[in-house]
Amino acid sequence: MTQAQTDTIQPEVSSEKVIIARDVEKWYDNNFHVLRGVSLTVNKGEVVVVMGPSGSGKSTFIRTFNALESYQKGSIEIDGIKLSHDLKNIETIRREVGMVFQQFNLFPHLTVLKNVTLSPIWVRRWPKAKAEEVALQLLERVGILEQAHKFPGQLSGGQQQRVAIARALAMQPKIMLFDEPTSALDPEMVREVLDVMRTLANSGMTMVCVTHEVGFAREVADRVVLMDSGVLVEEATPEEFFQNPKEERTQKFLSQIL
Amino acid sequence: MTTTNPEPSALSAPPTAQISPVAWAKRNLFSDWSNTILTVVCLGAIAWLAYGLLNWIFTQAQWQVISANLRLFFVGRYPAQLMWRPWTVLGIIALSAGLTWGILARSTWLFNQTGLVVLGVIAAICVALAVPVSLNTSLLLLAILGVSVAAAFAGQRIGQRFPTLVSWLPLIWLGIFFVVFGLIRGGLFLQEVRLDDLSGLLLTLLTAIVSIVLSFPLGVLLALGRQSNLPVVRWMSIGFIEIIRGLPLITILFMSSLLVPLVLPPNVRIDRVVRAIAGLTLFSAAYLAENVRGGLQSIPRGQSEAAKALGLSAPLVTVLIILPQALKAVIPTIVGQFISLFKDTSLLAIVGFAELLGISQSILSNPNFLGRYQEVYAFDTVIYFCCCYAMALASRRLERQLGTGQR
Ligand SMILES: Nc1ncnc2c1ncn2[C@@H]1O[C@H](COP(=O)(O)OP(=O)(O)OP(=O)(O)O)[C@@H](O)[C@H]1O
Ligand SMILES: [Mg+2]
Repeated sequence: MTQAQTDTIQPEVSSEKVIIARDVEKWYDNNFHVLRGVSLTVNKGEVVVVMGPSGSGKSTFIRTFNALESYQKGSIEIDGIKLSHDLKNIETIRREVGMVFQQFNLFPHLTVLKNVTLSPIWVRRWPKAKAEEVALQLLERVGILEQAHKFPGQLSGGQQQRVAIARALAMQPKIMLFDEPTSALDPEMVREVLDVMRTLANSGMTMVCVTHEVGFAREVADRVVLMDSGVLVEEATPEEFFQNPKEERTQKFLSQIL
Repeated sequence: MTTTNPEPSALSAPPTAQISPVAWAKRNLFSDWSNTILTVVCLGAIAWLAYGLLNWIFTQAQWQVISANLRLFFVGRYPAQLMWRPWTVLGIIALSAGLTWGILARSTWLFNQTGLVVLGVIAAICVALAVPVSLNTSLLLLAILGVSVAAAFAGQRIGQRFPTLVSWLPLIWLGIFFVVFGLIRGGLFLQEVRLDDLSGLLLTLLTAIVSIVLSFPLGVLLALGRQSNLPVVRWMSIGFIEIIRGLPLITILFMSSLLVPLVLPPNVRIDRVVRAIAGLTLFSAAYLAENVRGGLQSIPRGQSEAAKALGLSAPLVTVLIILPQALKAVIPTIVGQFISLFKDTSLLAIVGFAELLGISQSILSNPNFLGRYQEVYAFDTVIYFCCCYAMALASRRLERQLGTGQR
């Protein structure tokens, strides 16, 4: 529907690989095989949308990218750094990977501004003034500059999620992960969050998004992948994925959500 | 305040128009036959009890035992020529408390109804003391009260000018504590008073405050230790907590006063008071650890995940994100525990300390005041109540302070 528009604003995708996941396998509690050999490569500036039925392991998979989940087999390389069990290594990678959660997970005891400046100050060791300057710019970019001195509990869901995006961006990450960022929102607030994500994608950010927003996927994604029972079933451009999916499971999934 | 009232529904006004007291009584107390009987019976019982109590207070009780021993009750056997030091301490505390109150209330009113009532009662007591004690004491107390109120107004101004001061208050109070302790104890250029020679309410307050201040960080560390990934730390914390929780406080106090000296080499002597404080601290810390652990577990996992995802190291996640929220969630429980620790200091009387209860017992053994149990214990009751109520008020203020604008 927005074919022409998409073509004109599609940013450059270089062939530099920033996420390389090879045959990742994970068991929960030593018996539940949640990831059964998942491989995915994401290039710099690319937007990959992950879809799939509930419980298929989408969250678990993208949470392995910043080591919020461990995995038992396979390998993951983020921006040229192999993910290991070493704490230093994990913290280095987390600095380069921002994450936005379904439940926002803002820190309720800190103001919006402090939520955003927290990790630049404590992790990047920026002086407070610099951190606040950057934070205010980001808050303006996501459209909530006026709320900077409120507490998260005083904001609407959509505003909270935009703060969460600003908070992740404040670390100036190379990659952004989104885990169903709009699923906990009322319909009228979904749009404001998607707008922010769209702008971010157009600015060239590398993004991996778990989302069921078909419109967003069609318009913004470079690739859409379908995950089912811990396996990547299909990987295609949005046009192919939505118009003529190859796999039967994709067709079944699409018939349920479209 | 509804929180102190066992039956809040009886006090809360209807949400809409005001009604006359008669109509209110009719609706709430005499709505039908059974209600009317209940009301009459209760009123009768209350009147009978009140009559008995007032009758005893004003006609039967012999209050000389209190007025003659007031100094013993409050500062015990503190050297008479050094009495200026406790007075100075009282002044310092009144001044700092007033300032703190003002700073915390910088953006609201200074005194609400409860606050005014409390102030009025304190002032009335100060005035009333002129008769049994002395006019000078009464005036001095009133002056200190005045300083405190003036300080509250000044504190409000200061707080408006420097809002960041609030976060320094705990540290400032720690400083005040050391000044006060130094004044009581002496040393340096002041004549020294041995800790073991302290008695009366002074000793009660000293043991309670020091135990509270020390058990707080210890309890938090134990709570964190109990959740640690290091098995040694975790098992030691669990072992400590469970052992202490399995012992009655009184046995811990007996051990600290009788066993510890036997175990230590003969040339090492630790003040009895210090050993008792150690016992109280360890006991309180174990319970505090469990309360704090409850708070830690009440914080959703998403909080630490979000913090980790931002690149914060595990210690920073705990200190910046988890602990502040956990502690805030358990303030009421922690204050409740501190209040009970304060009352538990009365057990020190059993192991031979002359704190408030102990000094009361020694006053009662004075042949001049034989058999004046009721008066002395009624007085102790009032003192304990006032101290505990002050803590409760302070905690409510703290909760409101921390609660603004969140959730
Ligand atoms: N901590 C855990 N322990 C055991 N099993 C878990 C744990 N977390 C998730 N699971 C299971 O792993 C599977 C995949 O979970 P995951 O959250 O990755 O799914 P998802 O695709 O994100 O689903 P949704 O769309 O509902 O978010 C589910 O069956 C879930 O029950
Ligand atoms: Mg999920």
